[in-house]
Amino acid sequence: MRKLALSDDVLLKIEKPARYIGGEVNSIVKDKNKVDIRFAMCFPDVYEIGMSHLGIQILYDMFNRREDVWCERVYSPWVDLDRIMRDEHIPLFALESQDPIKDFDFLGITIQYEMCYTNILQVLDLSGIPLEASERDESDPIVIGGGPCTYNPEPLAEFFDLFYIGEGETVYDQLLDAYKENKKNGGSRKDYLEMAAEIEGIYVPSFYDVKYNEDGTIASFLPNNPHAKEKIKKQVVMDVTATTYPEKPVVPFIKVTQDRVVLEVQRGCIRGCRFCQAGMLYRPTRERNVEKLKEYAYKMLKNTGHEEISLSSLSTSDYSELKELVTFLIDEFQKDGINISLPSLRIDAFSLDVMGQVQDIRKSSLTFAPEAGSQRMRNVINKGLTEEDILDGAGQAFDGGWNKVKLYFMLGLPTETEEDMRAIPELADKIARRYYEIPKDQRNGKCQITASSSFFIPKPFTPFQWARMYTNEEYIARAAIVKHAFNEQLNRKSLKYHWHDAEVTVLEGVFARGDRKTAAVIREAYRLGCLYDSWSDQFENEKWMQAFENTGVDIAFYNLRERPLDELFPWDFIDIGVTKQFLQREWERAMRAEVTPNCRMQCSGCGVAKWKGGVCVEGKN
Amino acid sequence: MLKVRIKFRKYGFMKFIGHLDVMRYFQKAMRRAEIPIAYTGGYSPHMIMSFAQPLGVGVTSDGEYLDIELKEPISSEKAVEQLNRTMVEGMEVVSFREIPDDKKSSGMTIVAAASYRVTLLESRKTSEITMALPEEWQERVEAFMAQPEIVVMKKTKRSEKEVDIKPMIYQMEVLTGKAGQNSDSIYLFLATGSEQNLKPDLVMEAFLAFIGIEDEEVPMHYHRLEVYAKNHMSQGSDPFISLEDLGNEIR
Repeated sequence: MRKLALSDDVLLKIEKPARYIGGEVNSIVKDKNKVDIRFAMCFPDVYEIGMSHLGIQILYDMFNRREDVWCERVYSPWVDLDRIMRDEHIPLFALESQDPIKDFDFLGITIQYEMCYTNILQVLDLSGIPLEASERDESDPIVIGGGPCTYNPEPLAEFFDLFYIGEGETVYDQLLDAYKENKKNGGSRKDYLEMAAEIEGIYVPSFYDVKYNEDGTIASFLPNNPHAKEKIKKQVVMDVTATTYPEKPVVPFIKVTQDRVVLEVQRGCIRGCRFCQAGMLYRPTRERNVEKLKEYAYKMLKNTGHEEISLSSLSTSDYSELKELVTFLIDEFQKDGINISLPSLRIDAFSLDVMGQVQDIRKSSLTFAPEAGSQRMRNVINKGLTEEDILDGAGQAFDGGWNKVKLYFMLGLPTETEEDMRAIPELADKIARRYYEIPKDQRNGKCQITASSSFFIPKPFTPFQWARMYTNEEYIARAAIVKHAFNEQLNRKSLKYHWHDAEVTVLEGVFARGDRKTAAVIREAYRLGCLYDSWSDQFENEKWMQAFENTGVDIAFYNLRERPLDELFPWDFIDIGVTKQFLQREWERAMRAEVTPNCRMQCSGCGVAKWKGGVCVEGKN
Repeated sequence: MLKVRIKFRKYGFMKFIGHLDVMRYFQKAMRRAEIPIAYTGGYSPHMIMSFAQPLGVGVTSDGEYLDIELKEPISSEKAVEQLNRTMVEGMEVVSFREIPDDKKSSGMTIVAAASYRVTLLESRKTSEITMALPEEWQERVEAFMAQPEIVVMKKTKRSEKEVDIKPMIYQMEVLTGKAGQNSDSIYLFLATGSEQNLKPDLVMEAFLAFIGIEDEEVPMHYHRLEVYAKNHMSQGSDPFISLEDLGNEIR
């Protein structure tokens, strides 16, 4: 029997001890003496969140297929255990072996959102690994980062030995083989980093020097080591059908956020919404073969025993075999009590039909993400959804018996005026009016239109990467305008409006486009006790503001400037395939409220067609 | 519909998995093992499955039960084998038996008693290392049980009230292990179920108070041995019968 890292008395006094004991169905235990490489894979948030992440499941499965590697999992201890581990000097451990992370060869951390940055420091700290990469020695694991936030890794640069830029299925084998080779040759940590720097897609931050202009912008970003490349090329899997997929995902004992089989139907998105980072990063759109997906559905349901299956992608409605796949899932599995959970689909006759088959119409709601209230604003962001689309879709759904609608918007978009803000409640009201056109005796009581808005954050590698943000007060003022206008609507009693917190927006803004200087703020915030910042009950804005003050880092520099077109960005050394020229063209078109067609309608020359795959070659083979 | 009772053991790390999660675990296990379990009708069908007496977190057990219904038959041997192939360490299916579809045998309201083994631990850090019971406990347990009544404060969600637990303790005695094995323990046989329910820690708390020892000073481990129903079968035999013995192997 495995020995647990935590004693019974600790496990019995903390919340949900199952977070820390491992031993779940399909978790992988190997003999540590029979492997060459021990890899600890970390999602720096609580177990229930981390276990729901598909990317880690893919890598966990892929690594463990290698006989010479044992990949284990580690998550952030929740605040109750965090305190005990610090008080009692218990080192952070991996779930499978329960061995300290410090004993591993690698600590891989997936970085999914900016507000997990203090949790990354927590994981390093509790593991007894120096926070700064420069202070680590041969006894420390190689700390490697991956995931969407590594497309601007600079705020975290000093905490990581290397970053893997792109999709994990491509060069990890090379990276692991190089490690083995270096170990065999008795090479040092630095020798390994130099070998890694030679591999496509691997960024070793210590091998680059950044010089700044007097105004704080970047003057130069250059390699200081002959092994380091000037540009780091994003890694991309061109054939997503042939790549590995976890057929036996780990089944948690406790209920986690994503407690179901997930089929990733495609990567990338054809739409080209100008605010959307994922839509640019994961180009080109690549579909997975539908027969392969059906095979995964069988195997994964059988291997996990899950009672639900769902589809995942950035825009599932655009998956060309959607009808085939959904019909198959319903026909094949619904009779066995398997729940088919649909992502939010574009509303049309087909989606309403399948929604009617898999969910209770009276309880479920329709979801639209117009993102902006006015057509002008939607043109600016290139959201190709018209008011007519929304009203027609909602109308069809209302006629079919639905009466709940959820709407998602953003505030603080570039060029936004008060008129654009007021258009949000106006659109919600029009939807309600459409509902009340149905004769009273034929409709299902009142309708419920719930609108929520978040504040727009410009992200690297989007056409809006040059855009400015606003202050906390300005965001609140914009939400107040919308709130006020909601109260003026005819059907106000059927409308609800929520807005997201603005304090977190400001921080996300700083770190999304931050440079190496912002690392000091993260370190200071962590020192002041910030942790689990993405959890509203844990987030403490005062401490963050204190951290900015203590480090002298100016929020306005990062958030309130519209950046000039010729500014050198911290992330410009990464080549995602989409060119800066394309992004600039899109930024200019946005300013003129010009719409750009999606990838299936017409190629707009973003740059990724050079890889000759996915949607770029659809119908051309 | 065939009614089936499954007996399982919960040991090792699984003691940290709470009752609701054990239920979820078995729902998924049924699918993995391809047990032809029956579902309820309606819009969102769910497995017909009911568990006996929830076990507290930290407690291990050799006698846990759940009842299910089958839509088609499967032999006991095959079902046990298929289930155990999908179990994790700390869970083991012991038997899979058909139970008569009558009020005396099926449904978890029949639960009437449960037996436990209580061991003393060296520390709260692990339940692996047990200690011998103090010699005088044999005598003290007898004295404890010789009281005309044993009144304790029983806490419910709303209030606390004084209850005489003596009638609910069917048996309490010191069991001595083999020489030199430190395996002696206290055996408890207690009223359990929806009518009367007595938890083993409440008994031990009362006992420690009786012998004048602070509860916090004595780390103990509780292990459930078996769960029983009232025996309606034949007169003159045991008043209780294990839930497992109410069922028959499916060939």
